[in-house]
Amino acid sequence: MALTPILTANWDKPKSWTFDTYTATGGYQGLKKALKMAPDEVINIVKDSGLRGRGGAGFPTGLKWSFVPQNDGKPHYLVVNADESEPGACKDIPLMLANPHALVEGVIIASYAIRAKEAFIYIRGEVPHVIRRVSDAVEQAKANGLIGKNILGTDFSINIVVHAGAGAYICGEETALLDSLEGRRGQPRLKPPFPAVAGLYASPTVINNAETIAAVPVIVLNGADWHKSMGTEKSPGFKLFALSGHVERPGIYEAALGTPFSELLEYAGGVRKGHKLKFWIPGGSSVPMLTPEHVDIPMTYEDLQAAGTMLGTGTPMIFDETVSVVRAVSRWIEFYKHESCGKCTPCREGTGWMVGLLEKFEHGEGKHADLDLLHDISAQIAGRSFCALGDAAATPFPAAMKYFKDEFEQAETIAPHTVFPFEKSHKFETASVS
Amino acid sequence: MIAPITETDFKQLDQLAKKYPERRSALLPMLHYVQSVQGQISPAGISACANVLDLTPAEVAAVATFYTMFKRFPLGKHHIGVCTNSLCAILGGDELWRELSETLGVGHDETTEDRMFTLERIECQAACTMAPVLTVNWEFFDNMTPNKVRELIEKLKSGAPVQSTRGAVITSIADTERVLAGFNDGKSEEGEAIDDAMLAGLQVAKARGMRAPRGEGF
Repeated sequence: MALTPILTANWDKPKSWTFDTYTATGGYQGLKKALKMAPDEVINIVKDSGLRGRGGAGFPTGLKWSFVPQNDGKPHYLVVNADESEPGACKDIPLMLANPHALVEGVIIASYAIRAKEAFIYIRGEVPHVIRRVSDAVEQAKANGLIGKNILGTDFSINIVVHAGAGAYICGEETALLDSLEGRRGQPRLKPPFPAVAGLYASPTVINNAETIAAVPVIVLNGADWHKSMGTEKSPGFKLFALSGHVERPGIYEAALGTPFSELLEYAGGVRKGHKLKFWIPGGSSVPMLTPEHVDIPMTYEDLQAAGTMLGTGTPMIFDETVSVVRAVSRWIEFYKHESCGKCTPCREGTGWMVGLLEKFEHGEGKHADLDLLHDISAQIAGRSFCALGDAAATPFPAAMKYFKDEFEQAETIAPHTVFPFEKSHKFETASVS
Repeated sequence: MIAPITETDFKQLDQLAKKYPERRSALLPMLHYVQSVQGQISPAGISACANVLDLTPAEVAAVATFYTMFKRFPLGKHHIGVCTNSLCAILGGDELWRELSETLGVGHDETTEDRMFTLERIECQAACTMAPVLTVNWEFFDNMTPNKVRELIEKLKSGAPVQSTRGAVITSIADTERVLAGFNDGKSEEGEAIDDAMLAGLQVAKARGMRAPRGEGF
């Protein structure tokens, strides 16, 4: 396995985000090729390539596109989920900052394939500079005749709207995103009907993650076999891995799927000097944590699933021995409580209940029986809410208990910060603060 | 004093509504616009959106109160957000929060008396490779330290130019809200530097002669 700079290949070029830099390295050639094919041929290339969703669920992209009914007389929509807010996920935002045209080209190709004339890029509101870069990319593509009416002499017309969210993690859930894009509270919808049948404005809609869509132009240009020459049979292709936390060189590492985590960790210079790995989370706080014994796992959808976790966003967070698992888990549950939309009772009430219990453990005042209660609450939330936020909220605690039960038991009498002084985990030098 | 929603503002709000196949889709951008004009989401701002979209004020208020970025209290000139989600908190975000909160003398969702700064504990900003992270008017300040925080506040107080590590030169939260509403401020070229963390993998690949299978378009 090896690093495979593709989407990141030109990030070190001057003004990598501009139209000129993008086209100088072959940008928009994928679109030109796509427009010479029938829309179904484009869908077939993406299907054959085995490209799977990069937002977390890993659903086959081409298959999703093929679910859109054709000749149904309704408008079709493409919606890009660029609401990257999953704790630990930090790949779409850098991608859109450095290479927004890959996304824009992917949007045009995908829209052509699913016969959409209108596409929306829903970007979380907290990133104005990303919104500037993507909006400019759309304007530049428009000025060059790649967006608008009858582009490149075809009868295909496309309009793209860049839309800012307003600070709600739940809007990364695809049906909540649709409600938000319709100008409502971002609350998930019950499925079915799936968005491919009744999505935005109750019309057939494809929702794809930003990284997924940005990968489409090079796949169309180079073909399904080229894509499949990277990765594994069930997880073909390349992926932006983002390693954060206690590593020497945190950052974006674009590599073939199937690259073992230990190899990525080595590229990132290993765990910070003088420390050792305690636990790591392969793809956002919503997937279960792993330990040093798991480092040789290939980063694929199937291998991580077999290990009881998920690839998720493919953005490993790495924590060394200075970190209290109790503190990390407690803060994640606070996050889910804050972001629960309140629609489903188990998630709304359960997260609040868990935060209250975990706080006691943070102060070294946990009750042993509360560990069972926390398990029960997690089990009552999981699978009993409309969307995956509830399942996610029910994930960190049981996963942590699997490997670090003793630490929770210790927190029944000793406050974690006395065993794990906070300043030891800092990235900067701090005088002891107690 | 809350700025009134003027005739011009109504026209701008209407322009936003026209961008979408169904006008109501513009509600979030419209609320960003209201916040850029008024520094908050006021009852008058809610009524204005309701009026433009032919909704009831209650329907608009239900949306405005759902989203964390919309504030029903007046924001200061600058909004400062400190990520205190687990990873940033552990790498030093909690300490940065303590430092800022003490220096400014305000807590979560509070504004300094001179109306310069509103402070907020924020959730993950998708900048984990640059943790700990904070934002000023939602522009990134990566790899922060207590010293850098003190320096940043001094500069903002003195009005000296402050450049985000991966974003624009800082002006005000009102200007940022206008961008979020969908108005181009022409600053996309600012902040040319791409962060080291963004180039980490590319540099390792180049140093070791690794590359993707030969292909076009990259």
